[in-house]
Amino acid sequence: MPILTINGREYSVEVPTDTPLLWVIREELQMTGTKFGCGAGLCGACTVHLNGDAVRSCQTSVADAIGQKITTIEGLSEHSDHPLQKAWIAEQVPQCGYCQSGQIMQAASLLAANSSPTREQIVDHMNGNLCRCMTYPRIVKAIERAASDLRASNEAVSSGRKA
Amino acid sequence: MTKHPTINSGSADLSRRWFLITAGASGLVFGFGSLPAATPAAAAADSAAPVEPSIWYSIAPDGIVTVNVGKADMGQHVASTMAQIVADELGASWSATRVNLVGNDPKYNDPVLGANITGGSWSTMMNFDTMSRAGAAGRIALTEAGAAMLSVPVSDVVVNDSRVSSKTSGKAVSFADIVKSGKATRTFSPDELKAIVLKTADQYTLIGRDLPQLDIPFKVNGTAKYGIDTFLPGMVYGRVVTPPVRYGAKVTAVDDSEAKKVPGFVQAVVVEDPTGTVTGWVVAVAKTYPEAIKASDALKVSYDKGPNADVSSESILAEAKRLQNQAGGEIYFTNGDAAQAISKAAKVLEAEYTTNINIHCPLEPMNAVAEFKDGKLHLYAGNQFLTRSTAIAAAAMGMKPEDVVMHQYWIGGGFGRKLDSDMFIPAAAAAKAVGRPVKVIYSRQHDMLMDFSRPLVYQKISAGLDENGKIVGMNHDLVSAWPTKRWGIPAFLENSADGKKNVLDGFAVHGADFFYTVPNHTVRTVLNELAQSATPSGQLRSVAPGWTFWAIESMIDELAHAAGRDPAEFRLEMLDGAGPNHGAKRLANTLRAAMGLAGYGTKVLPKGEALGVACVSSQERDTAAWTACVAQVAVADDGTVKVKKLTVATDVGTAVNPDGVRAQVMGGAQWGLSLATLEKATMKDGAIQQDNFDSYTPARMADMPEIDIAVIANGEPARGTGEPTVTVVAPAIGNAVFNAVGARVRGLPITAESVKAAMKKST
Repeated sequence: MPILTINGREYSVEVPTDTPLLWVIREELQMTGTKFGCGAGLCGACTVHLNGDAVRSCQTSVADAIGQKITTIEGLSEHSDHPLQKAWIAEQVPQCGYCQSGQIMQAASLLAANSSPTREQIVDHMNGNLCRCMTYPRIVKAIERAASDLRASNEAVSSGRKA
Repeated sequence: MTKHPTINSGSADLSRRWFLITAGASGLVFGFGSLPAATPAAAAADSAAPVEPSIWYSIAPDGIVTVNVGKADMGQHVASTMAQIVADELGASWSATRVNLVGNDPKYNDPVLGANITGGSWSTMMNFDTMSRAGAAGRIALTEAGAAMLSVPVSDVVVNDSRVSSKTSGKAVSFADIVKSGKATRTFSPDELKAIVLKTADQYTLIGRDLPQLDIPFKVNGTAKYGIDTFLPGMVYGRVVTPPVRYGAKVTAVDDSEAKKVPGFVQAVVVEDPTGTVTGWVVAVAKTYPEAIKASDALKVSYDKGPNADVSSESILAEAKRLQNQAGGEIYFTNGDAAQAISKAAKVLEAEYTTNINIHCPLEPMNAVAEFKDGKLHLYAGNQFLTRSTAIAAAAMGMKPEDVVMHQYWIGGGFGRKLDSDMFIPAAAAAKAVGRPVKVIYSRQHDMLMDFSRPLVYQKISAGLDENGKIVGMNHDLVSAWPTKRWGIPAFLENSADGKKNVLDGFAVHGADFFYTVPNHTVRTVLNELAQSATPSGQLRSVAPGWTFWAIESMIDELAHAAGRDPAEFRLEMLDGAGPNHGAKRLANTLRAAMGLAGYGTKVLPKGEALGVACVSSQERDTAAWTACVAQVAVADDGTVKVKKLTVATDVGTAVNPDGVRAQVMGGAQWGLSLATLEKATMKDGAIQQDNFDSYTPARMADMPEIDIAVIANGEPARGTGEPTVTVVAPAIGNAVFNAVGARVRGLPITAESVKAAMKKST
């Protein structure tokens, strides 16, 4: 039986290994924060992290995910307090909210690699994530806010170390 | 055509319109079990019964106010808006306010519309008074009880932040203390309720503030529950198999021999739908959704494709032109004698405007869970029109509407798509067939191919100018499918201008009765039966004003140029507010505001760049939120249009939550841009040809222009904001394109090809 490591926990799942990871996460394990939008990797609603990289779980098979570290929106932070989640609230980003788990997971992979993204880098990184409510301007602002908060806390940590 | 029973759209009886504290209850205080405890703290509080001053909210012994929301929340934050209105009059603290989405219990029907329906940008406008009175009644009850507890006269207390305080002593009791005391027992008759003097705008404490929306915290951590997140014990999955034409097919045979080899396959269910909502559908039922996908792919279904198998976008347009060219249809609006005035005009312009089929594609694909339990049909899904969906589901299953229980959720995008009830039918049919709860999830392909789409609309406008460049007459013909006629609810059909009752679908023509003062003006609307049958249309965000203003605001611009006038000044002159066009001055004001913000007339722009204006009275004449847009575009030599900036000014009367209004206007502006330049669906051989986000392409982040928004709120009654901005953007862009390169594009979407073709024509 395949074993998946999701948000730091192991789950043995009784599914064929060609099953898209999306359906295992959502319907088998009932972690419903990860959303189904298009089934073709075109909208980004199902975005999760595989070893820290943002991937479309509708295009990732169980076989590809075995032995990898999977993170869903539920596992992004312990208390819904990832800088992006806080920024998403501060900027009042979500409308219907359906795409936002995927947006946040996509953005998190950007900030993990680059805490000072330019506007162009943000758009480039996020363009595959569709928001039908078109909250894009606020998504950009929230990413910029979170990046700024991250830099501030990184500086605080490094100056703390020096002291 | 869709057939279904007539829905009682509610009585005009005031006692039904105005909720009542006394309704069905022994008084203000009664224990009630229908709502779950709002928080664990509430459950842990002492056994005092919550106070339920009206059906619209309750106050728990811990002081938490839970507002019952009968509106569908699809991201417009209407639940928060209702709560904000209640909490303001009640004097509740925002941090102690929660919302609860209610199902199809008719007691939560819209107080004005008499049905549970969310659309039309109606909610805030039509519920403001009822929610205000509900809140105020609770405040009065709490004031009296609190004053008694403090042993001071009522005149000595003030209510705010969920506390009743004595002005003289400073002592206070909390809402929680009052509820626990059991002393809030005041009841109100309908007349008393009606007599409550509501706050004036200067007394608001919460309305008009950018309070955090209550539905946002759980939308950033994956815990918000949408219909698709429903799980029931013993539930299995259904995946639909839809026919090769959009509407009118019949299943002639189902071969499930291959599907039977799929592990987990349960059964193939041919959907019989006496309401005609879906035609020729089969559901593959399996234990898991991936198994249902495999089983549905393995089913071999044979069809009689029915009467629409040859219909195409081209044949719909050709039929529309044929219909326009002959007598028929209904007169929606008439004033003076347009034909005669145009025949005598110094200059006559005539033009055709078209819009193509558009698809809602909310990101949460259509889905539903159905369960038959104890003689009732339980349906779980986010839905915008519970009253009709209840009736449709009941009729489809041969049940009584009162035996259908609908469970409402946060909606992952509605835009009008979830006014419809098609997803309940395969779910219920499958649940009935297999005797277990069934969750049906449409694939994105099903969602797009089986959309109740925005119709292809053909419009022809002729207009005359006199020697002074003033419009002397306008004749406007529209030919389209009629989205709301399909519902079969007579109350939703409007009378014609020549006195015929309930004969036309206003949702095909709203907006054409504009606020410009034009002395001779006739609007005729014609049902395109071919389109109605082949592309059963629905209500796509903004509905008719999304196409009427495309034509009108383009033609007004063409007339301005023909008259040698500045298009903005030309509009302002006709927005004189004369006679029935009283609201026109507010529209003129928004146009001036948008022009000012955008620097209209002051900006020096490079070659190929220009500003264009448009202004609209969407949605309906009686519900207009006055909205204007200035679009700044850059047009390349190859016709590529880059929308650089949209400046929108909108007069909403009262902004309950200004930040929420800005969010709606921001989204609406990009929707307008998306429909104007990026979204196009086509029909061929009776089928929609776009089935995912690679072929149907709503705006993405890279398409986002700079957006500047001015919200005007001068204390007039609140108007809706979800839709009007959608309608103003396309003509503003089209007009800007003309100003930039002299190319007049009259069909949506505006593409590089259509601009290039128009550039050639103009040179």
